[in-house]
Amino acid sequence: MSSTDAVLYDHPGPRAKARNAIMTVLFGIGLLALLYWIYAKFEEKNQWAGPLWEPFTQSTTWVDFILPGLWATVSAAAVAMVLSLVFGIVFAVGRLSEHWFISIPAGAVVEFFRAVPLLLLMFFIFYGIPFITYQPMSVFWAVVIGLTLYNGSVLAEAFRAGIRSVPRGQSEAAYAVGMRKGQVMQHILVPQAARAMLPVIVSQLVVLVKDTALGYIIGYSELLQMGVNNLGANFGNFVAAAMVAAVIYILLNWSLTSLAGYLERRTRRAGKAPGGAAPVGEEAGSAVVEPQG
Amino acid sequence: MDVFSDPANFDEYTTGFLWILKLTAAGGFAAFVLGVVLAAMRVSPVPVLRGFGAAWVNLFRNTPLTLIIFFCYFGLYTNLGLVLSDELELNNFWLGVVGLAVYTAAFVCEAIRSGINTVDAGQAEAARAIGMTFFQNLRIVILPQAGRAVVAPLGSILIALCKNATIVGTIGLAESSNAMKNLINFNGDQVIPIFLVFAGTFAVVLIPTGYGFGWLANRLAVKR
Repeated sequence: MSSTDAVLYDHPGPRAKARNAIMTVLFGIGLLALLYWIYAKFEEKNQWAGPLWEPFTQSTTWVDFILPGLWATVSAAAVAMVLSLVFGIVFAVGRLSEHWFISIPAGAVVEFFRAVPLLLLMFFIFYGIPFITYQPMSVFWAVVIGLTLYNGSVLAEAFRAGIRSVPRGQSEAAYAVGMRKGQVMQHILVPQAARAMLPVIVSQLVVLVKDTALGYIIGYSELLQMGVNNLGANFGNFVAAAMVAAVIYILLNWSLTSLAGYLERRTRRAGKAPGGAAPVGEEAGSAVVEPQG
Repeated sequence: MDVFSDPANFDEYTTGFLWILKLTAAGGFAAFVLGVVLAAMRVSPVPVLRGFGAAWVNLFRNTPLTLIIFFCYFGLYTNLGLVLSDELELNNFWLGVVGLAVYTAAFVCEAIRSGINTVDAGQAEAARAIGMTFFQNLRIVILPQAGRAVVAPLGSILIALCKNATIVGTIGLAESSNAMKNLINFNGDQVIPIFLVFAGTFAVVLIPTGYGFGWLANRLAVKR
């Protein structure tokens, strides 16, 4: 990024330096004023009062509310991650199949689940399916299945882009040494695609972690439910609880994002990513920035 | 399909999608404007502005939208007393728009910033060489070219925004996901048709939109 920043403007001379200093001061004052205004608003509504923040210093708050919620979030996310990776690989390979009776249904499934809001899907699984099966739906599995169908479909598209980015020579060489279609896919294409798409995959996992918060809406006791709703109801400190929960989410996702950045740098440095990585990056970019809740 | 022959139910369905459309339009507009401003901040020569942009992006991009919308309602409205409209439903709507906008703006900002990175460095250097200032450079040379590169990502962001609009249902707006939940609860015998109609409406609108943006991006792409 720094390279772009540097080309957009000249190295500042005396006048530009003075202008930048003025801008810094003006904006800095504006920012401080804004922060103070927020602080004052909170003060006015008594949100800084000690009793509201005190619960966070007690271990029972963490043991009874935040940690079980965090555990529920992480466990749902972990199960859904594994399942959506499997779903993604299966449907990516399916969509690339040479048989229309495999590729067309696989494509339809992927396109459908990518276009349907995850919340709608979870509502259907949690409230709708019990009417069909005549037995209650576990809320954990409603969340996990919903997450898997949506994120798996997005990952399927990422894998497909990755597989198509592997140079043709790779599969031609594999066919030339006598491998079958399945072997080429399994031993040659998927491993290289997975490596090229690793940053995209990790970014999608961040999306998945954030999406577990939707589980709150159907009553899954995850971090938002336990750490904000229940905790806030218990101590009457909703704003404080929401801020603490936000910090936990940010730390969780930030570490995943850092991992993605590290993997991306490592892949680039190794220089072994498939040659067609650049166009993939673009297509993948759209998957990365897709801000599902 | 009997469910939808009842005018009350059909009305619930149309009202739900009307809210989604309004949320998408208002949230998308606000997020776009905010995102462009944030992107300009992130590439500006002033460190404080860059820091502010980066903080915004990292803060909102890593927080679940559900928590943000939730905070808009219980934090801003219930606890801090921010009222955006006297009418309860409209107030919820605008609180939802605020949540969607601040969240989506972070993604718009990142998309535009990566679009700026696709513009050849020589373009900016040439602009500087003929004496353009930072703003002239950005407005006349860089952003028009970056704009073509960000059509596809912005398209996915808009589509995601439309889907995310369902989350505003959490704070009591009768949008389509709430409408579907209600219809399912009162018509347990027709669960699948109800789901297919609601999900199908999203799919029928959003899948062609996605392909449309793909086509447009391809058409507008700077051929280098």
